[in-house]
Amino acid sequence: MTILKRGFSRRRVLQTGMAGILATGITPMIFSRGAWAQEFCNNPTGDTVTFGLNLPLTGAYAEEGADEQKAYELAVQHLNGEGDGGLLTLLQPSALKGNGILGKKVAFVTSDSQTKADVARAGATRMIERDGAIMVTGGSSSAEAIAVQGLCQEMGVIFMAGLTHSNDTTGKDKRRYGFRHFFNAYQSGVGLAPLLGQEYGTDRRAYHLTADYTWGWTQEESIKNATEALGWETVQTVRTPLGTTDYSQYLTPILNSGADVLILNHYGLDMVNSLPQAVQFGLRDRQANGKDFQVVTPLISELMAKGAGEAVKGVFGTSNWHWNLQDPGTIAFTKSFGAAYGSPPSQAAHTAYVQALLYADAVERAGTFYPPEVIKALEGFEFDGMGNGPTLYRAEDHQCIKNVLVVRGNESPTSEFDVLNIVQETPREAVAYDPAIFGGDLGPAEPAPICA
Amino acid sequence: MFDVIFLQFLNGLDKGAAYALIALGLTLVFGTLGVVNFAHGALFMLGAFCAVVVRKVLTMETITVDPNQLSPWGTPLEVRTPLVQAWLGDFGAVLVNYSVPFSILLTIPVMLVVGIALERGIIKHFYRRPHAEQILVTFGLAIVAQEIIKSIFGPNSIPQPMPTDLRGTADIGAWLGMQAGVITYPIWRLVYFLFAAVVIGAVFAFLQFTTFGMVVRAGMADRETVGLLGINIDRRFTIMFGLAAVVAGMAGVMYTPILPPNYHIGMDFLVLSFVVVVVGGMGSLPGAVAAGFLLGILQSFASMTQVKALVPGIDQIIIYLVAVVILLVRPRGLFGRRGVMEA
Repeated sequence: MTILKRGFSRRRVLQTGMAGILATGITPMIFSRGAWAQEFCNNPTGDTVTFGLNLPLTGAYAEEGADEQKAYELAVQHLNGEGDGGLLTLLQPSALKGNGILGKKVAFVTSDSQTKADVARAGATRMIERDGAIMVTGGSSSAEAIAVQGLCQEMGVIFMAGLTHSNDTTGKDKRRYGFRHFFNAYQSGVGLAPLLGQEYGTDRRAYHLTADYTWGWTQEESIKNATEALGWETVQTVRTPLGTTDYSQYLTPILNSGADVLILNHYGLDMVNSLPQAVQFGLRDRQANGKDFQVVTPLISELMAKGAGEAVKGVFGTSNWHWNLQDPGTIAFTKSFGAAYGSPPSQAAHTAYVQALLYADAVERAGTFYPPEVIKALEGFEFDGMGNGPTLYRAEDHQCIKNVLVVRGNESPTSEFDVLNIVQETPREAVAYDPAIFGGDLGPAEPAPICA
Repeated sequence: MFDVIFLQFLNGLDKGAAYALIALGLTLVFGTLGVVNFAHGALFMLGAFCAVVVRKVLTMETITVDPNQLSPWGTPLEVRTPLVQAWLGDFGAVLVNYSVPFSILLTIPVMLVVGIALERGIIKHFYRRPHAEQILVTFGLAIVAQEIIKSIFGPNSIPQPMPTDLRGTADIGAWLGMQAGVITYPIWRLVYFLFAAVVIGAVFAFLQFTTFGMVVRAGMADRETVGLLGINIDRRFTIMFGLAAVVAGMAGVMYTPILPPNYHIGMDFLVLSFVVVVVGGMGSLPGAVAAGFLLGILQSFASMTQVKALVPGIDQIIIYLVAVVILLVRPRGLFGRRGVMEA
């Protein structure tokens, strides 16, 4: 036996040390799976868990926000075992049980982001700090998504993005705590361009009107690259402020610009205003360079198509999802949403609903709300049954890789909801890309303990 | 190049028509009552929502559930039958098609009542108060009106289709003997410009050629003397407030096919129109009209690609730039009375 300098034996030191370890409560951190239980932001301790819904209920993307809210409310009902269950039983693989998340009932708080990044960030902060949101989700603008996921990275709270289509969201501005189910501008370009070539030929001159913020810039760049690869020439790219209402001053220069295609890189209310005004200015009745003038909307939704009215007829665009798909997931979700609200869900509603379920499922699979474990459960998750075919939550950039829909404004709608036709489903292999092309760094998974 | 400039000129006239119509009412209220009415944009918005209400009424439907047909989500299909067409046949269809111009019939009495109620109920209590207080109370009123409309109609824009006969474009180039298709312009925007010209002309004629208008003009020049002559000038000024509300409301109605109305639409125009009034001269009717068209045209030319290439972003600031210059070199505005805003 070795006698240490101060008269303690080695055995005594080990015994005392072990007793100390046990006494200071470290044992659970070694032997229990929830070892990190108290060390992350808004760890739910009661019998409920709160989602923070950050929604643009006013502003240029208000319609999408309102539809997202309906979808989240439906998702919360289904997660809590209420209603018809929606897609709960169709997600494959799934750990969802319909009894909340890890046995805790799901509740939610909402905040109106006003389609403004700074308001969205303030709302998310409030929901995390005041309302104890375990996860923040929603948004219909990439500027909002990028602002909020940056905040969530700082606070160690997972952000399940709603409708955001900029390449930057999972590109140069990607974050470990941010996840996007929606497709992106690059995928729109790759999905749409071949069909444009087929329909309008390879000798075209395009004029772009672009919403002047991150989404518009990447949308313009992506569709420009894709159409120029076809042989199209870009005549001019003009930026328009988000929320512009009267586009007359931007439309008149197009008339005699030598362009024969107008590409509207607009979304939401911007497009609801710009597309009908383009038609009012007679662009679609014109002949230019010996061809019929065409209007293209790279990203389009049924809400916008409805808002744009007759102007959308025959116009090509892309969508993340459409309620008219015939897979069991789409049928079940459309039935569930339609029965609850009397209208089919939009693509914004669909992505919101799916994101809520995917988060809940990841927590169930991880067995904890601890964000780094939930992140691990989401990264590289391959799933099906949600209406988009087999889908991969890519680990490298947190971008879902799935099929892209090319749609066209319905020439003869049979109802007010029958506004878009699916003309092509571009397989996910064709729209997958190397995540390195958009740069960015996901950052660390370990949460910074700053929200307690 | 001529075609581009001409098209921007038409755009300017179109924008200017909207600015002038709102600014006309704004300056009329300032000229008669001395009130800076920041609720004027809300009156434009309320007029636009008169069109929404009329269309909603004209497109009311009976809903019957057909258990033999299913909706896409599997519930029994709701079969909707338009009531007005069912009752009035082809005339009903015409009414629905022309719902926007038809709405003016409702807008005139509604806005007259709203204007008079606003003036008698609230604004008259602020005549002798500082302009800052007038601005605060009328701005507050505008926010209240916005929130009421938002709670009833929701936050989203509600498209109002223009009559089918007035859709499409007019080939102005062909009218001027140029090649067909070179200068085309939306028919409805031309209709709006003509409508604005008629309304502006009617307001001027009313003030110039009627006894009522003569008394109002006299009251604007010297209120006290007109009062001493035993004329109830306050009552006439109240009616002028109602008239200003009617003009703003009609401007809102006719603008709905160009811009789907939402609860915020008035605020978008108010700021620009206030600048128009300042540039034209507070209280000057010709000033409001001239400045409206001038700023509309300048804004359109500033948005030309060639101009923006020289001064990026000029289209967003041109109006305010002009206002700053005018306030510096001629504080009373282009047509303002000597002494107004110059103290």
